Amino acid sequence: MQGWLPFWPRTAAVSGEVVNALYIAELGICVLIVLTVVGLMLRFCLVYRRGSSASRANLVAKTWQWEISWTVATLVLFLFAFVWGAVVYIWLYDPPSGELQIYVVGKQWMWKMEHPGGQREIDALHVPVNTTVRLVLASQDVIHSFFVPAFRIKRDVVPGTLETIWFKATKAGTYRIECTQLCGVQHANMTGEVTVMEPAAFGRWLKQQGVHESLAQQGEAVFREHGCSGCHSTASTVHAPLMNGLYGSLVHLQDGSSRVADERYLRDCILLPRTFTVAGYPPVMPDFSGQLSEDDLVKLIAYIKSLAK
Amino acid sequence: MRSGALRPEMQFATLAQQGETAQLGMWVFIATETLFFGALLFAYFVYRNLYPEEFAQAAKETVLWCGILNTGLLLTSSLTMVLAIEAAAAGRRQALTNWLLATAALGIAFILIKSYEWYLDYQDGVVPAVHFFMKLDQAPAGELFWVFYFIATPLHALHLSIGVGLLFFMLTRARRGELTSGYFAPLEVVGLYWSFVDTVWIFLFPAIYLVGRS
Amino acid sequence: MAALAADVGTDYLTSENTVRSWLLTRDHKRIGLLFFASITFFFFIGGIAATLIRLHLATPSGLLQPSIYNRVFTMHGIVMVWFFLIPSIPTTLGNFVLPLMIGAHDLAFPRINLASWYVFNLSGLVLLYALIMGGADAGWTFYPPFSTLYSDGYILVAALAVFVNGFSTIMTALNFVVTTHRLRAPGMTWMRLPLFVWAIYSVSLLMLLATPVLAMVLLLVAAERFLQVGLFDPTHGGDPILFQHIFWFYSHPAVYIMIVPAMGVVSELVTCFARRPIFGYTGMAYALMAIAILSFFVWAHHMFVAGISIYSAVVFSLMTFFVAVPSAIKVFNWTATLHKGSISFDAPFLYALGFVLLFTIGGVTGLMVATLGLDIDLHDTYFVIAHFHYIMVGGTVSAFFGGLHYWWPKITGRLYPELWARFAALLTFVGFNLTFFPQFILGYLGMPRRYYTYAPEWQPWNLLSSAGASILAVAYLLPLGYLAWSMLRGERAGPNPWRATGLEWQTSSPPPTYNFARTPAVTTAPYAYNPENGSYVAQDGTVHA
Ligand code: HEA
Ligand code: HEA
Ligand code: HEC
Ligand code: CUA
Ligand SMILES: [Cu+2]
Repeated sequence: MQGWLPFWPRTAAVSGEVVNALYIAELGICVLIVLTVVGLMLRFCLVYRRGSSASRANLVAKTWQWEISWTVATLVLFLFAFVWGAVVYIWLYDPPSGELQIYVVGKQWMWKMEHPGGQREIDALHVPVNTTVRLVLASQDVIHSFFVPAFRIKRDVVPGTLETIWFKATKAGTYRIECTQLCGVQHANMTGEVTVMEPAAFGRWLKQQGVHESLAQQGEAVFREHGCSGCHSTASTVHAPLMNGLYGSLVHLQDGSSRVADERYLRDCILLPRTFTVAGYPPVMPDFSGQLSEDDLVKLIAYIKSLAK
Repeated sequence: MRSGALRPEMQFATLAQQGETAQLGMWVFIATETLFFGALLFAYFVYRNLYPEEFAQAAKETVLWCGILNTGLLLTSSLTMVLAIEAAAAGRRQALTNWLLATAALGIAFILIKSYEWYLDYQDGVVPAVHFFMKLDQAPAGELFWVFYFIATPLHALHLSIGVGLLFFMLTRARRGELTSGYFAPLEVVGLYWSFVDTVWIFLFPAIYLVGRS
Repeated sequence: MAALAADVGTDYLTSENTVRSWLLTRDHKRIGLLFFASITFFFFIGGIAATLIRLHLATPSGLLQPSIYNRVFTMHGIVMVWFFLIPSIPTTLGNFVLPLMIGAHDLAFPRINLASWYVFNLSGLVLLYALIMGGADAGWTFYPPFSTLYSDGYILVAALAVFVNGFSTIMTALNFVVTTHRLRAPGMTWMRLPLFVWAIYSVSLLMLLATPVLAMVLLLVAAERFLQVGLFDPTHGGDPILFQHIFWFYSHPAVYIMIVPAMGVVSELVTCFARRPIFGYTGMAYALMAIAILSFFVWAHHMFVAGISIYSAVVFSLMTFFVAVPSAIKVFNWTATLHKGSISFDAPFLYALGFVLLFTIGGVTGLMVATLGLDIDLHDTYFVIAHFHYIMVGGTVSAFFGGLHYWWPKITGRLYPELWARFAALLTFVGFNLTFFPQFILGYLGMPRRYYTYAPEWQPWNLLSSAGASILAVAYLLPLGYLAWSMLRGERAGPNPWRATGLEWQTSSPPPTYNFARTPAVTTAPYAYNPENGSYVAQDGTVHA
């Protein structure tokens, strides 16, 4: 199907297979319905054309039984599609923790990828095959959207928050990355390539990048440089929570609610400390919005995450 | 349609039908306006929910006495408007003129006080993009409050000014004898508009002045 | 036959002939024609933009600068949506026939009607100014923070144009609602209203309740862009998603604003040319109202990948499936109306058939993008482009042309050349499918929308689409020629060339200035056609063998 006239995209991830099945099923329902409507229309047009001899006596007078029955019939078909679609959506948009987590920062007009080992790539992403990869998406400026057609995954990257998406590639090869949210002049060139590799080759690739510091180690430096450690350490005189074991735990807030300490929560703590306060602490944490780049944030979060155990 | 024997316009059978139609038109227009201000209030409440403390702090800087005085003025003007309509219905032309003038005067007083309040706000340095100083203890979101304030209050004042204009239009029509006890639908239409503008203020007042003060 | 008609020679076209009498007219029929002129003009502006888009996309490398391409599709979207499709049927056909259909002598507020036209043109001038200065480049959806802080196009001017345009929409809609409530002829009860009136009535409600929300959100965007304060900018504490919620709260109803009048037109056409009462009149009328109401509760289906909560995504998806139900009722009822009809295949009917087919395809693909798991893949690809062009171009524009042909004899008093018209209808159908069907395939292949360049392997489909667009252009230009010709040379139509039942056909063609010599009295439901012998009962009670 990849001849001169392609009509089916490549499929290279578990999610791709799942979406394909859904697509085919729903396409089937749609074709069925369209054919029914067209078929009836054509038939009536032929049989009841002006001057034909077909009988026009006894027009249907009570119409509502008809209306209700065919509507309900088609609706049931479609509700089946709805449920299926919702299941797929929840499965795709509620990402598992993943065996490999990569941070993706979008900015006009490039994608920056940061591996946990500290390797960085631009407009390219190397991942091992048959591994659950979790992507944490951030944007430096406007809204972008991260799309890999061959994996059938897409998610808007909204500035001011973090989104996550995941995939498990099933075939080695290279696949397009596209930005699908209008983000300016070079929106159409905000593309890249995912390279899916055999695990061994991937390991070799990681080593070749010549990186000495992991992302978390880089984050530790940022943590010191920006004075976080001045408060968030055992030696500090400020009553501030420690970062150890924070990631993934359930944090109780002053207003009585609680949140799971995931990436998005950590980000909010750093950039919007005034909108909520951890229960039992004074609201003195300074606001770091405007002082930290998305890159630094990604590093900080990776660092705090590394203190999880 | 000049003074003397009023006749309905071509598309209407009777004057009564013409009057009812005009009123329905104003009701429909008010429905539209409700969604216009509704969208603004919706956005306001979303942010207030997101930043309760910042909004409360910023709202404390509003000039409360102006707000209270203005609310009083507008409520009174609703009353005078009703009295004007009653005077028209009873055919008392002098009373009609007086009540219309009173309503317009209250409206103008509102706008003057509002303008003075904006001036105070300006001196206070809370006019976003024009003259704004972030108080040290306030987060950036506090500015959002003032952005909404400076969208909502001028919009409301604009509506009120149009209302005042309509009142003067009614005055001239009353003087020309076009509003009789038999036909005063235009006045009722203006009355509807006027009470709508009042109602908007009744929603704006607590949202602006009372958030940080409860 | 024309008992309601006035004396010959005093129709609305010839009664006064000065330029002034046109520019200051309060006659809804003349205002309808004025709108027709403005809207045709903007259809060409939008069409030229579409031509540029398709020319550019014929090759992967294209011929326009990237920044120009962005401006072209943005202006295409803005012009087509707000300056052509939304006003198209209501302000022209609606303006012309709605008072006639309900037996009124004019709209309730003729001056507001005229003012609406002036405001429309004013907004059009503002838009043309934006266009000449260099255009806007943020898409017709104006998403911040791109539109407010990063774009270097004339966003403010374009937003102002759309803002002012909204006043025109509201004025017209207000007029229709009030007119339908207060000016129906004696005996014209709600359940005797022609479906076109129902459609215009419910679309007017939609316009009244949705347009002000758009106005406000554009005001907020303008404030953010002009004052550089952070209303939707996360670095100032704003929330870009909030904009999307408010925008789609307007814009989803807006897409139904574009289809509901078309459904009204098609209902008139199908029943008239099948010469049979419409199947399930009550269901059809209520379905229109149901669409109007339900459409306010599905907006977030445009935001499934934008980061809304999973819970709300599921709810909005389900609501979207429900809003399709009234549309389904309509499609099935149109089909069933053909059953035991006595069908003749005049051009308006061909357009109507095309409408039903293309709307159904557009509709079911709408359900595909409403399916959560699929939308993750299909969102912002050409699949969505194909979905909405099927409905808006294949559906609404076809219905507009169908209605135009149908009421042409009433508007001008002349018949159009039938053969040419049938040819144009067929050509539209062929050209349309050639243009937009390949885009479904491109969408699933993964071609994103708003891309000025694309992977070379997608070129064949794009070429096909561009070829189709040129056929479509011819099919849209043809009527311009023969309709103009028919105005001068066409055969005289007589009051009721289609032998239709509506009141508009019981007065002379073209109608006199105040429509009817005397106010008609309505005694029957609409569409009292008898397929067995071709007879019918008009709504004023006259029986025609
Ligand atoms: C006239 C305009 C119009 C109309 C009427 C519709 C009608 C519908 N639309 Fe469409 N839509 C648009 C114009 C329109 N749309 C536009 C412009 C966009 C893109 C905006 C942008 O991003 O730029 C869009 C985008 C859009 C999206 C977002 C896609 C995305 O960006 O990811 C979705 C998702 O749910 C959607 C769904 C639907 C549905 C379910 C209907 C339904 O109302 C369709 C109902 C009709 C039928 C279903 C067919 C008839 C039914 C049968 C034959 C019976 C069988 C069915 C049942 C019983 C259920 N539309
Ligand atoms: C509302 C109505 C509407 C209508 C009628 C159309 C009509 C058409 N549209 Fe439009 N389209 C939109 C609404 C509409 N569109 C919207 C809302 C968008 C999204 C914009 C965005 O992303 O922000 C869009 C986007 C859009 C795209 C995607 C661009 C992109 O994402 O990169 C494409 C691509 O093919 C396209 C094509 C066409 C074509 C070929 C027609 C054809 O049907 C047009 C046919 C008409 C003509 C061809 C006119 C005939 C006359 C002439 C051509 C005269 C020429 C004269 C001279 C050259 C002297 N449209
Ligand atoms: C002036 C002292 C101070 C500095 C400097 C500071 N913090 Fe904090 N931080 C606090 C206090 C106090 C709290 C708890 C109250 C609250 O939530 O506001 C807190 C809370 C947090 C939390 C939430 C912890 C939990 O238990 O949920 C995180 C994460 C955090 N800070 C990260 C950082 C980072 C990263 C930096 C540096 C960029 C930083 N902080 C700098 C004082 C500080
Ligand atoms: Cu980034 Cu488009
Ligand atoms: Cu929608």
